[in-house]
Parts: sequence; C-alpha cells; structure tokens
Amino acid sequence: MTPVSSPHAHGARPVGRVMLLVMLALTPATLAGFWHFGWPAVTLWCVTILSAILAEAFAARMVDRSPMVMVADGSAILTGWLLALSLPPWAPWWVGALGSFFAVLVCKHAFGGLGQNLFNPAMGARVMLLISFPVEMTRWIEPQTGAMFTGFDPLAGLAITFGAQTPDAMTSASLLGHVKSEASRGIALSQSMTGHWDPMGFGLGQRAGSLGETSALLIAAGGVFLILQRIIGVRIPLAFLLGVALPAALAHLLAPDHYLPPLAHLLTGGVMLGAFFIATDYVTSPSTPLGQWIFGLGCGLLTWVIRTWGAYPEGVAFAVLLMNAAVPLIDRATRPRIFGRKRDGRSLSAS
Amino acid sequence: MPFSTAPARSLLRRLFERWGAHPEGRKQLAAETEIATLPLPPQLILPLAQHIGAPARPLVQAGERVLRGQLLAEAQGMISAPLHAPTSGTIDGIGDVAVPHPSGLTGPAILLTPDGLDEAIPAESNDPFSLEPAEISRRVAAAGIVGMGGATFPAAVKLALGQKTRIPTLILNGGECEPYLTCDDRLMRERADEVIDGARIILRAIGGDEAMIGVEDNKPEAIAALRTAALRTAARDFAEVTVVPVPSRYPMGSEKQLITWLTGKEIPAEGRPADIGVMVQNVGTAAAIHRAIRFGEPLTRRIVTVSGGAIRTPRNLEVRIGTPLSALVEFCGGTTRPVARWVMGGPMMGLSIQSLDIPIIKGSGGVLALCEAEVAGRPEPGPCIRCASCVGACPIGLMPLEMAALIRNGDLKESVAIGLKDCIGCGTCSFVCPSQIPLVQYFNHAKGELAAQDRNKMKQDAIKQLVEARDARMEREAREKAEAAARRKAERERAKAAAAEAAAAKAAAAAATTPAKVEETTT
Repeated sequence: MTPVSSPHAHGARPVGRVMLLVMLALTPATLAGFWHFGWPAVTLWCVTILSAILAEAFAARMVDRSPMVMVADGSAILTGWLLALSLPPWAPWWVGALGSFFAVLVCKHAFGGLGQNLFNPAMGARVMLLISFPVEMTRWIEPQTGAMFTGFDPLAGLAITFGAQTPDAMTSASLLGHVKSEASRGIALSQSMTGHWDPMGFGLGQRAGSLGETSALLIAAGGVFLILQRIIGVRIPLAFLLGVALPAALAHLLAPDHYLPPLAHLLTGGVMLGAFFIATDYVTSPSTPLGQWIFGLGCGLLTWVIRTWGAYPEGVAFAVLLMNAAVPLIDRATRPRIFGRKRDGRSLSAS
Repeated sequence: MPFSTAPARSLLRRLFERWGAHPEGRKQLAAETEIATLPLPPQLILPLAQHIGAPARPLVQAGERVLRGQLLAEAQGMISAPLHAPTSGTIDGIGDVAVPHPSGLTGPAILLTPDGLDEAIPAESNDPFSLEPAEISRRVAAAGIVGMGGATFPAAVKLALGQKTRIPTLILNGGECEPYLTCDDRLMRERADEVIDGARIILRAIGGDEAMIGVEDNKPEAIAALRTAALRTAARDFAEVTVVPVPSRYPMGSEKQLITWLTGKEIPAEGRPADIGVMVQNVGTAAAIHRAIRFGEPLTRRIVTVSGGAIRTPRNLEVRIGTPLSALVEFCGGTTRPVARWVMGGPMMGLSIQSLDIPIIKGSGGVLALCEAEVAGRPEPGPCIRCASCVGACPIGLMPLEMAALIRNGDLKESVAIGLKDCIGCGTCSFVCPSQIPLVQYFNHAKGELAAQDRNKMKQDAIKQLVEARDARMEREAREKAEAAARRKAERERAKAAAAEAAAAKAAAAAATTPAKVEETTT
C-alpha cells in the first residue's frame, strides 16, 4: 500500500455523470425541436455531435491520450449538442461539422483542453459560423408541428441536410430579425409585431428559430431540473434573465413602440438556452458567488444591448463570449472574504 | 437567559451559509455498541511524542517495574506533556518503533510488558472546587492531558491561558463531524456526568462564566443524555452548562466553525480563540480532566471507534494508550473482506497507515478498515473543470481551485497571497471535487514546502549571523593585534626616543665642551 492523502472518501458526482445529467435536461427541448422542424433537424443534430466526437478523438490522439477515455467524459458530446441546438434546424451538414470541429479543436483544445478554455466552445463556433456564413446561419424555417411524422420522410430530411435546396415557402424570419428589419424601415413595433408575436405559442416553441432554442418553457424546465440536482447554481441563470428583462421592461415602459416587451426578449432567440445551459458552463463562468451574479447580469444586459442597438438581431452568443473574456478579471475582483480576515485581507482584530 | 438571539442566528446561518459538505455518516456501524474494555495486550508501545510540542523525556530504565499511573517520561519545555504507565508491568526498554505518521516513520517509544496485575500507584481524590485555578491547571498538566479530539495540544497550556486573559465562554466540542467515528457520541451518552463535571472544572480553572456543548444533531441520544446530566447536577454555585445542537455538516467540529456557529464570533486569522474570549476543548478532554482532578488519574486510556466496511463487528472500545492497532482489530473479529485502506482517525482527515503495529496514542479516535467500495475513486485525478464546488464548500472562504493551480505552477508566494496559510486542511474541497483532484494534498505539500523554506531561511540567517560574528571577532582581534603591535612599537620608539634623549642630554652636558656635537643633534 502506498501512502494516500486524506480525505479517504469522496462525495461528488464524477464529471461524466454531470455531463450526462445536463444532456438529460436538454432532451425535452431537443425532442421538441425535432417535433417542430422534422427529420432535417435530426440529421443535423447527429452530424454535429458525431463531428464533435471525431474532433475530440483526434485531439486525444494529438496529446497522446486515450480517445475512448476522453470522449467518455461527455464534454465534447455536450459541446456538439449545444452547438446543434443553436443552429438553424435545416442548416447544411457542413455547417454542423465545421462548427463542431471549430468548437472542439480551436475553442477548447487549442487552449489546453477541458477546463482550460476561456471561451464557451459552442458559442465560439456559433459566432464563427454566423460571421463566415451569414446566409446559411440565418435561414429560418417555419415550425411544422409534427413535421417528423407528416410530410417529410427521413430520406427527404437527409437530402435537405446534405444539400437539397430548402423550399422558399418554408422559410420564415425570426421575430427578432423581423422587427429589426421592419424598424429599419420605420415601422412601429405595435404594427410589425402583429401576427408575429404569440407569447403562448412562443413558450411552447411555435416560432422560427434555432433547432433547440425555440421551446422556452421546456428549456427552462430542463434548467430548473439542473438547479434542483445542484448541478448548476441559481445565480447565473437568474441574473441572466434579470439582466435581459429589467432593461427591456424599463425601455418598453418608456417607449413601447421602439422597444420589445420583456417577455418577447425572454421567449425569443437563445436567451433561455443561454441562461440555463450556455452561461452556466463551469469552465467559462466565474467561480465566486458574487462573480456569478455579475457575470449573469452582464450576459443579460449585453444581450439586450446588442439586440436593441447592434447590427445583429440576436446577441446571446456575442454577450456570452464578451463576458467569458471578463471572467478571469471578475474572479480576481470578487474573491470571497477569508474567515477571520477583512475583505482587504487584513486579520480581524481581537475584540 | 430570558432572551436569546441564538435561534434566529442559527436559522439565518442555516439559510445563508452554505460551506461544508455532507459526507455519508456511516456512524450507524458502531454507534449502538456500548463502550467495551479491551483486555491488556502483551506489550504496550508508548511513543514519547504523542502531543504537539517537545517530546517527553524518559525517566525509567529497562527492567524497572512500574505501576499504573506512574510517571514514565516528563514534559520538556513550555509546550509538552508527560507520559504515564497505562498499567503495571516491566519496562522492556526504549525502542525505535513505527508511529502514526503518513510516511510510516519510526520514533522513540517506551516499551512496557504488562504483568496483568494492573496495580496502581495511590491516587488522591480531590474536590476541584476547593482547588485554586492555577492548581487545577498544574494537575491537568501533570496528568498528561492533551486535546483528545485529535489535535493533541496540551490541555493545561490552554487552561493557563485562561488565567492570563479573561475567557468567559467555554465551548465543549461534541461535534464529531467525521464519518464513522462514534467514540465521542458513546462517551456523551454513557458518561455524560463526567463530561458535564469536566466542563465545570475547566470553567473554574479559567474563571469562565458559561459553557456550551456543541453536538451535531445526528446524535440526539447524546444531546438528551448531556441535558439530563446538566440538569441533574445543576446547582446555584455552578455555572450554566447548555447543550446546543448544531447542524450535521462537515467540518462543523472544526474549532473555527463551531465557535462562529455557537457565538457568532470569528477568530481573527492571526489570533487565537482566547482573543475573542472563547476556549474550546473536546468532550473527551473534559472527561479526562474530570478523572484527573477528581480521582488523580493521569491520561492512560481513551475510547476508540473501530469501524469500516471490512471490520466484522464495528464497535467502540476503551483501550490503554499504547495498545497496538492489531489488538483492537482482532478484538472486533478481524476483517471480513479485503481492506483497501487502513485509516487512523476519521476518513476526512485521518491518516492512511501501512501497518497495524502502530499503537493507539492519546489523540487516536478511530481505526477504520475501509473496503474498496468505500474509498472508490478514479484511478487518477481528472482535469479541473472549474465547477467551483470547492469554492462553495470551503468553510474558510478560500478558492481551492486557484490555490492548487498556483501551487502546480510552483507559485507558492501567490498561493499564500490568496490564503494558503488560512487553509485548515479539512479536505472538504477534495471531497466535493468531481474530478477528485487531491486539493488538500497540494495545500499540505505547499505548507510543508513553506515551512522548509522558513526553516532554511532561519538556518541561513543563523549561519549569516555566525559568520558576521566571526568576521567581527576576527576583525576585532586583528585590530587589537595591530593596536597592540602599534602600542609596542610606540613604546619601543618612546623607549628609543627616551634613550636617545637621555643620550642627547648626556651629550648636551658634554656639549658644553664640544659645540660641534650640539649642532649635529639639533639638525
């Protein structure tokens, strides 16, 4: 027997189990995405995840580690999964594949692998794709309830993902894109939103958008599950949602014709996915309690600012990446007070 | 006390303070077995260093017959504790034996073969409340009592502190937050009177006003027993002893955490409990003090939990100090399955040991035979995924993940700057780490490195001083030599000059007749 350091017991869920539970939490929203967007969405999801696994195995080879072991921790699968959820559901296969390679190899392994990356891999890849392939990345599909079972068969789905032209009749603008372009033509929100804004339907995912971002309620349910499982904390998601909702509410109150209502902000785009699954990524978020509040609020606020005044209709990915860059600084500035010391590090005095 | 803010404070803490972890207690293995007395082993091994401070100095020789309670080795220096014979028998000598140490090091120990008579030296019984406080702490020192919770700090040194500064509050630590261990639990259940009386004796020694016994709420029987005992023996002349349940959360039994939970006060990082008017003693120490003062009985036995998934019948044993672990394990029926790890103490902070020849010492609360499933872990640590579980769990408010990263890069200075020296080594961070990074091992390693650096620096400083002193001395000697030489030279010259003068005077006297010579000397 060799000497071993205490403690002689361990109480944490291993990393692989944590990743598995996160995937479980993503499943309902993913299935809803399949339901709304049909077989092409399924194919794209598979391609993206398989590419992520391939990229991880390749990276493992490069650093002389066992590919099986490295893939088994589930982090690459999760990265691919999250990326897939943030892609347009009928995007061509190479968008998913390229995105996954970029996410795993450039955003993660170039920084030193699991735990070392500064930026969220899925969001890094999404932004790269959005800037490089703006057309493919903004071709949204009108949701077809039960599309998986009616209309399109699996082969047609494959055909769409692997190169067939998307029928124009099925494309649609996202709410955020629509109001942004209408606003640029000087049309007031009250007018441009009519017929496009249905809170109830949006909550259930009845809107054009990314593969897995549309079912706000199901995503939130998955997030709450993770909070109850103590896998993620409540601080980052709550702060993120507040960071979006508070400025949105204030602006909407002052000028309802220029600024979207807070609920529209919360239920569209990637806010829900971002708040519960992206910003809460352990590696790229702060470790301190106060830092997590700041980080969440920053993500939310930046999202709203980019959506409201930026050139892009959606801002979650940009906001998360910007805040990612600030994490080392936030962590440094928000270290908890040490027991028996004042905040500045001096010892408490005897009373 | 008509009004207390304690319940409200406690509620707030429960809601907002999230430090610590909830390791599986596994106390049920041994908790319901009454304390049994272990028969005398064939030989007792009594290490001279069983406490924090200088090792004791042996007073006996091989072949000498000793009686139970007889002084075998005396305390040396300010912080130390004496050692007494746990039973009557013959001294075999002083040998170099395996002692409880992480690397299986050896140390000097007195070896004693019991004669089975267990004959004791006459002891004097006392009423502690007729003794002066200073006399109580003197007797506690003479009885060799040290912190029985595992810290093994000489108890009398703490008591003496109470005579210097005012310490109104005594806290008895009955937390026993380590999983498996139930020796304090059984002590509180079966010998509550001894604990309560010990508390009152300590209060008298330090001139304190109140005593609180903090017990984790997973020990309801102990809490009830202590309360009954406190009530039964309550008298107007006695200070109040209250029993306060604290939440079962590791490391609630750490001095800092327990004090804060019970009093709301925080020990300054660079201070001691006495600075905030508090003293903490383990319940086992209180019982030992009770026996030492009431019956003049030195510390020669203690209660030990023998447990773990591989032990046939886990139980609590009262054993003589110096009994080899093998005797305890044998008494509990040995092991039923392969033992993955032997641990002395609790699983959170205990020592992994290599041999069962190691003796029970004053601070040993448990011997655990853990099977594979209990220590199950991944073969090697995974990468840190920055989940920050360790940040939330650290009872001190440190950022273990950052400290470990700095230590890995060899930046000890920066790790100290963010709090390495405040780490209490409780191991909660390692326990909650999903990648099973041995964080606390990093910290202990770094603390060891720092201590070595400090020692080195002290050594270098001492050498420098010696060299400087030597240089100064040599310089002084050289100077003195030179001065002496100069003096001698001057003297010689003076003598020469005087001689010359005398000669000149003589010459001058003669010059009256020869003026040419006078001219010669004046030029």
